[in-house]
Amino acid sequence: MSVTTSHAAAPAPLPPRAGTRIRLANVTKDYGLAVPAVDDVSLTIEPGEFMTLLGPSGSGKTTTLNLIAGFETLTAGTISLNGADVSELPSHKRNLGMLFQNYALFPHMTVAQNVAYPLRERKLPKADITRKVAEVLDLVQLTGRDGHFPAQLSGGQQQRVALARAIVFGPKALLLDEPLGALDRNLRATLQLEIRRIHREVGSTFVFVTHDQEEAMNLSDRIALFNNGRIEQVGTPEALYQSPETLFTARFLGDSNVFELSRVAEGTGTWEDQTWPVDSRTVSPRVGAGGRSALVVRPEDVRLVAGDGVVPPGATSVPATIRDIEYMGAYRTAVLSLGRGNAVGRARLDATESKLGIGQPVLAWWLVERQRIVAA
Amino acid sequence: MTTALRDTDTEPAEVRTARRPRRPRRRERGVDPIPWWLRIVVALVGLYFILPTLFVIPMSFSTATTFQFPPKGFSFQLYENFFTHKVWLQSLRNSVLVALLAALLATVVGTAAALGLHHLTGRLARLVRTLLMISIVTPAIVIAVAVYISFLKWHLVGSLGGYVLAHAVIGVPFVLVSVTSALGGFDPKLLRASASLGAPPWRTFLRVTMPLISRGIVTGAIFAFVTSFDEVVIALFLRSPRFQTLPVQMYNSVTVEIDPTIAASSSVVVIAVTVLCLVLQFVGTRRKSR
Repeated sequence: MSVTTSHAAAPAPLPPRAGTRIRLANVTKDYGLAVPAVDDVSLTIEPGEFMTLLGPSGSGKTTTLNLIAGFETLTAGTISLNGADVSELPSHKRNLGMLFQNYALFPHMTVAQNVAYPLRERKLPKADITRKVAEVLDLVQLTGRDGHFPAQLSGGQQQRVALARAIVFGPKALLLDEPLGALDRNLRATLQLEIRRIHREVGSTFVFVTHDQEEAMNLSDRIALFNNGRIEQVGTPEALYQSPETLFTARFLGDSNVFELSRVAEGTGTWEDQTWPVDSRTVSPRVGAGGRSALVVRPEDVRLVAGDGVVPPGATSVPATIRDIEYMGAYRTAVLSLGRGNAVGRARLDATESKLGIGQPVLAWWLVERQRIVAA
Repeated sequence: MTTALRDTDTEPAEVRTARRPRRPRRRERGVDPIPWWLRIVVALVGLYFILPTLFVIPMSFSTATTFQFPPKGFSFQLYENFFTHKVWLQSLRNSVLVALLAALLATVVGTAAALGLHHLTGRLARLVRTLLMISIVTPAIVIAVAVYISFLKWHLVGSLGGYVLAHAVIGVPFVLVSVTSALGGFDPKLLRASASLGAPPWRTFLRVTMPLISRGIVTGAIFAFVTSFDEVVIALFLRSPRFQTLPVQMYNSVTVEIDPTIAASSSVVVIAVTVLCLVLQFVGTRRKSR
């Protein structure tokens, strides 16, 4: 299965940008193990786009990034930058900036020397180097640190230096390999904002790898969700969250209540002994005829009423028991036993629902248009 | 006694590790004080190792024409002999030349081998590593005989090239070990970072890899130099009337001529080697203070 994205799927209209279109066509990387690390991946990253490669560890997202960077050789397929095939080009000739999780700053060079490194390799005149280094250090808000060695800086500052070094030479695109993975939570939020700001100001194509779905949702124009070396789904964060096509997508992004359906036919789906209405518009195109499917609904879309309460007409409901209530700070979540009790679900509680007690039998219900039938 | 311990870096590991806690920095980190009896043991072990070498220095200032201890009188006579006799000077020059070239060759080969083997795992890499290290465990006499027999065939006996080749072989393991340990702290991601910034592999080696493993390279080179400089067994086999090294000349002076000039030449060697080891230590501390 390969997913090719078309221009139509591109995000909201952006101002024209000086960026690079990165095109992966049937890209495969096989280390000779049981499953290829990257398996027939096709993806087009638009100029100036912030594309995130998201997925669990071992899903092939980092290998894909390394293939774009030229650190690994392709087993099959092609990679092109603005239409030029770079599949055989060594990494030092691809002109792509790269950010690493552990910063990868040269420890024997000062901040200024680190940032000047790509400019010196390009044999720029000294005066230009000095000017550009000062400019980019200003952009990442590290003015005055030029004489420091990396070991004298904090993790966040080191990653800013690495960012400055990776963009100072005007690369065709910036590749980011879990650059915030080694930082603590608050610093991560700050640097996320920073990266978004720099993406806006520089306007070049960013390819960001992460396993953190929250980070992916915050930063990206589009997300390519990886699973087992393949792309599971590509789309805007909203599209992936609201219209997952597969159970994997639904489970990876956010929390989901999952009901594995035994049968989907003519506007109905069957779960345990219940037959529910199914709106054909909520059925993922990936649900094949006779294929396994599941109904998913987000916890914030599930409402609860006491066992003898009334459910609005047209809503889907299922009997449930509240097993526990979790305090999440801004809200509370009920942990539910659903149906015959084999399925576990969650519902976000509003003010009145919070009065429901643990052990209480309830009806969990949701509007048909809030549910989604996905390939399982 | 303590100053003697500090002045050389050739004591065994136990002396070195025991000495370290005396540095105030270590103390502040809360390392237990060393009991008095352990200090005495350490001092005795240290003395055992360096006393023979220290005997030779007072003897080198003797006025006697034979070996005597304690030395009689005081003069620079033996040093004058050493630095005026052509046979001593020539062999010193030979030794320095051989050691420099052998160290250079061993450093290039050993560094290349360490870099190449660094990323390899598995049986073949282990085998190659063992092969390169074999000269460190093989008895010198075995290598000497083997070298002698093969060099006879290749007409390398008694030539500068022969000495350099043979001594480079015994120098390679030292470079391999020190560069390998320097590479242990080297982050391979830096190679990728450098490539992504536009540097071809050879530029990356010059600007990133080499500066970061320079301490290992310098350490290995000095060890290779010292090993060659005081090597005597192979040198005995390879000597010719035209070409011989200082250790061989020293051996001759004792067994053939009974010439006390050896005391002066030994002192020169001891001082030269000590200075080199101090340089090594200096290189080490300078790096750390960065």
